Amino acid sequence: MGIDLTAEAASRHQAPTVRGPSEEPVVLTINGTHHTVGLEPRVSLLDALRDRLGLTGSKKGCDQGTCGACTVWVDGRRVLACLTLAIACEGRQVTTIEGLAADGEPHPMQRAFVEHDAFQCGYCTPGQIMSAIALIEEGNAETDEDIAEFMSGNICRCAAYPGIRQAIKDVRDARERP
Amino acid sequence: MRPLGYARVSTVAEAVEIVATDPAGAFLAGGTTEIDLVRLGVARPDLLVDINDLPLHDIDDLPGGGVRIGALARMSEVARTPAIAGRYPGVAQALLLGASQQLRNMASMGGNLCQRTRCAYFRDGVSPCNKREPGTGCSALDGLNRGHAILGTSEHCVATHPSDVAVALVAFDAVVHTAGPGGVRRIPIDDFYLMPGDTPDRENPLRHGELITAIDLPPAGIAERSVYLKFRDRQSYEFALVSVCAAVRVEDGIVTEARVALGGVGTKPWRARLAEQHLLGVPATAESYAAAAAYELSAAVPRRHNAFKVELAQRAIVRGLTQAARGGMR
Repeated sequence: MGIDLTAEAASRHQAPTVRGPSEEPVVLTINGTHHTVGLEPRVSLLDALRDRLGLTGSKKGCDQGTCGACTVWVDGRRVLACLTLAIACEGRQVTTIEGLAADGEPHPMQRAFVEHDAFQCGYCTPGQIMSAIALIEEGNAETDEDIAEFMSGNICRCAAYPGIRQAIKDVRDARERP
Repeated sequence: MRPLGYARVSTVAEAVEIVATDPAGAFLAGGTTEIDLVRLGVARPDLLVDINDLPLHDIDDLPGGGVRIGALARMSEVARTPAIAGRYPGVAQALLLGASQQLRNMASMGGNLCQRTRCAYFRDGVSPCNKREPGTGCSALDGLNRGHAILGTSEHCVATHPSDVAVALVAFDAVVHTAGPGGVRRIPIDDFYLMPGDTPDRENPLRHGELITAIDLPPAGIAERSVYLKFRDRQSYEFALVSVCAAVRVEDGIVTEARVALGGVGTKPWRARLAEQHLLGVPATAESYAAAAAYELSAAVPRRHNAFKVELAQRAIVRGLTQAARGGMR
């Protein structure tokens, strides 16, 4: 059994260290680079990225986990940076929209968004792209219904959804070709 | 947001001790409810204890056919685990119809069970609300109560519990394991959720510093052909107006066993025991299902804006049982 629920397991002990509430050094690994930045524990990953590290690609739409504009990857999974504390990301790998281009070449999904005009104002686009790439990795892009359902956490107020879905299908199909 | 202390812990004992000894301490798992409510000023911890490194992520088969879900397993992981998707399809479907994939990647199963109501008066931080500030009154009784409960309500609170997966877990008699200052215990999930009565601020029997460690599903049985249906204002990424988890065993056209639980209509994830009793021994027909549904909803107390839920819940039960009798979602 993987989980030990005994009283004995519940009594194993080490002394915890409390950090904050004032600012202290926090080590974040963003797009493969280590950054040491002074942060209070209450600072969200989104605010740390945008206001402290100058990585303004991740957008703040609602700041309450409903719009998806702040979508980033933590340890390879798409999550919402607005509901994540930066300090909780110590020791984890954070990937943002700025980390997608390799050697100055846009990621195929970035290129597909341009080709299919998958945006109007562009504010939701970084979150859409971070979700779209993860969607294919998860295996949730197989049908049109799956794409619609598993992209529903990224809202586009300009309603560029047809272009977004076409971009996803293009990248999916290009990957499947031998 | 208020200033916060932060501690990351690596053992259950450490987690329990640090929260138990700090009256303003709280556990932090996925954070999808906790960080939201702290930012709104509705939750007011001084210290968040990050439990994500605890060894409570696994999903294991239990001897005898059940499944143990670690409290820190993420919703998305649980939904795609073959043991859950294959043997408890109603549970997997409930998970996949909740929130968005980003939130499902973050949210832990233990946190899901403890999530707070979406009642706007609770969340706004200022309106009279007995759940947030006992004794101040309930703004939803005569306010905007379209999303509110019709079953299990009291004159002090009509808030619904928002979880989808808890509805399926209630249908199949899951058991919640906890560790706390007083040791470990097992709580049948239907007892884990409390009716509001005159203490709507108390939603579950957890003591301060008591941590959910795992959720056990008993051997599947009838759950193998279960369905979870969700009815809401938009097709995806929305809380339920009404949802139903249903499973039914039919022999020679007669119902021999049934499970029905409702979301979106109860002050707790609602096991429809009246409907289940009414279904035993009746022909497996839409008429029987409708009679059972009417029996369950006869106890409903609708309010100005949510009376539609009485009819919607009955239709949901009929559709859920009909689909379950046809062989479930697969």
